[in-house]
Amino acid sequence: MTMLELKAVNKFFNGWQAVADVDLQVAAGELAVLIGTSGSGKSTTLKMINRLIEPDSGSIRLAGEDIRSQPPEVLRRRIGYAIQSVGLFPHWTVEQNIAAVPALLKWPKARIRERVVELLELLHLPAAQYLSRYPHQLSGGQQQRVGVARALAADPEVLLMDEPFGALDPVTRGTLQQELLRIQALSGKTIVLVTHDIDEALLLGQHIVLMDKGRVVQQGRARDFLLHPANAFVRDFVGQSDVGVRLLGLDTVASRMRPQQQASGEPIAASATLREALSAFVARRVSSLPVIDAQGRPAGVLHFADLLPVAT
Amino acid sequence: MRLHSRVRLLLVLLSLAAALGLPLLTYAPNRLLTGQGIALLDLLHSGSGLRWLALLPALPLLLAPWWRPGMLRERLVYLAALWLGAALWWLAGSEATLRAGDEDALARVSFGGGFWLLQLLLLLQLAEALQVLAGGLPRRVLLLLLAQLPLLWLLLTGRLDSLSLLREYHNNQDTFDAALLRHVQLVLFSVLPALLLGGALGVWAYRSARFARLLFPVLNVLQTIPSIALFGLLIGPLAWLGRQLPGLGIAGVGLAPALLALSLYALLPVVRGTLAGLQQVPPAVREAARGMGMTPWQIMLRVETPLALPVFLSGLRITSVQAVGLAAVAALIGAGGFGAIMFQGLSASALDQVLLGVLPVLLLALLVDVLFRLLISRLKGADDHA
Repeated sequence: MTMLELKAVNKFFNGWQAVADVDLQVAAGELAVLIGTSGSGKSTTLKMINRLIEPDSGSIRLAGEDIRSQPPEVLRRRIGYAIQSVGLFPHWTVEQNIAAVPALLKWPKARIRERVVELLELLHLPAAQYLSRYPHQLSGGQQQRVGVARALAADPEVLLMDEPFGALDPVTRGTLQQELLRIQALSGKTIVLVTHDIDEALLLGQHIVLMDKGRVVQQGRARDFLLHPANAFVRDFVGQSDVGVRLLGLDTVASRMRPQQQASGEPIAASATLREALSAFVARRVSSLPVIDAQGRPAGVLHFADLLPVAT
Repeated sequence: MRLHSRVRLLLVLLSLAAALGLPLLTYAPNRLLTGQGIALLDLLHSGSGLRWLALLPALPLLLAPWWRPGMLRERLVYLAALWLGAALWWLAGSEATLRAGDEDALARVSFGGGFWLLQLLLLLQLAEALQVLAGGLPRRVLLLLLAQLPLLWLLLTGRLDSLSLLREYHNNQDTFDAALLRHVQLVLFSVLPALLLGGALGVWAYRSARFARLLFPVLNVLQTIPSIALFGLLIGPLAWLGRQLPGLGIAGVGLAPALLALSLYALLPVVRGTLAGLQQVPPAVREAARGMGMTPWQIMLRVETPLALPVFLSGLRITSVQAVGLAAVAALIGAGGFGAIMFQGLSASALDQVLLGVLPVLLLALLVDVLFRLLISRLKGADDHA
């Protein structure tokens, strides 16, 4: 089922075309990533979905329904929205911030409280400790967690995220990316995320849309971008010299290991990517690695040569 | 002994210079003549001869610069400054009773330069001590008010009644009370309209940069017109308006032009404060509010107003303090207030009557300032409590 559909969408700013003839489909439960350099029109495209920016022509449908069929405020309350600078209300507590949209929708107090606590637990912020804190008492990573919780609060049909992890340090960003994947798997939410970071796009995107100068240059799976780039621009963007390494990043050790074998040495997790495995081969100067599963039991062996056959 | 506080040493040296070099009081045979100075040392000789005992508890002030810093030092300085301030008032009061005590005596005892300078330096000592003693603004204000209790006691028990200033007050009590009421009216009814109109203009200027570019030059020009000139400029049009619309109480002189001019002066700072308050709301906060589905009204009431309020109130604080001072000038066009007492005193060269007009203006301005500061600190404090 298609959750989100953009057809021939155009947007001009003072005669300059920011978005040109964009066609886009996002299936329900899919995590789509819009990627491009700054000025490529990706953020503008995102903001047209919740009508922060109105398109000049074309149509946008949410769950089959034209988004202009209801007032923008009503539409926005159905759509979660998280941004890079978070934008938490500094004069409200964490609880009040997360409760913002449910309060706008006039949920009963008890239900709001329950939902806030549930979300804080989901994002690994113990409710007892964080409910009554103010945003300035949180670290950058914690603020973005609260921002994501606020966007998810009213159980929206779609979650829009505008470079949500762009301002965070690499470690915190990595953690939050993993949590986003976990939350998405858990809730089955449709998510549209904007980024300029190709690694983030390859890691998160089930459907990747590369934009340049307002146009969609290529869209599809991460693998398609690496193996079949549409043109020189795409090839440059995904990083010509790193294509091999990035391809390895798309598959896990579990998909290539030989389950019947056993070996000795420092093991690698079955859930690790082949890219991490490559790093381990080189760093440890070995040609085979024992693999363990999530419970720490031996699961098989990965040989250096196993990295080679690339699935297409 | 090591010198610990240069500031304190400077205050002490200045205090000594003021006490010994300037007359503490002045004595004149009647209210219009210029008085002869009475030095502190003369004061200590007259009377019972034990008056110097009253100054004894001030000794910690002299020693404070060399004292080890700590709570003890500040407490002693606070008490000593409080005591000495009251002692000076008491000395002045009793000397006045001595020299001009009779009800109908024409003789006048007034304050000299030394008195005011000493009181000012003592206030600085108090403020210095309160920096350490009191954490928050409310506590500091409370302690400063407590320090004025002895003066209040001296006033209420009539021990200062023979001073020229108090004589002027008793002779003009009705005028004084009327002036107080009028002065408060002038401030209130000029700041309130400016608040409403200025707030609206500020919001508009925030929404439309084009409007702001038109508005600010006009307000800036208004602000640069000297107050007396503005009062004068308004006489003509308002007198004409009064003739066209009789029965509304509009006239070229009196309350109407004063309120109009004061409101116009209050407008620029209020508009500035509103605009500055709205501008410092982070754009990300506004985008988040819009993105989550708040209506423009909800954004205004729940997000922009509370976040802009502290800056807005700071602007309003300056406006109100300024209005208290400017309202004194409004007496020139017959609007009354403490300015009337002041100008009357000036034209009669009765300096104590001038003082009777100036002091309440000063106190009123201080009061307004402190009230706003307390309000703003409360607002900011509310954010910090987890």
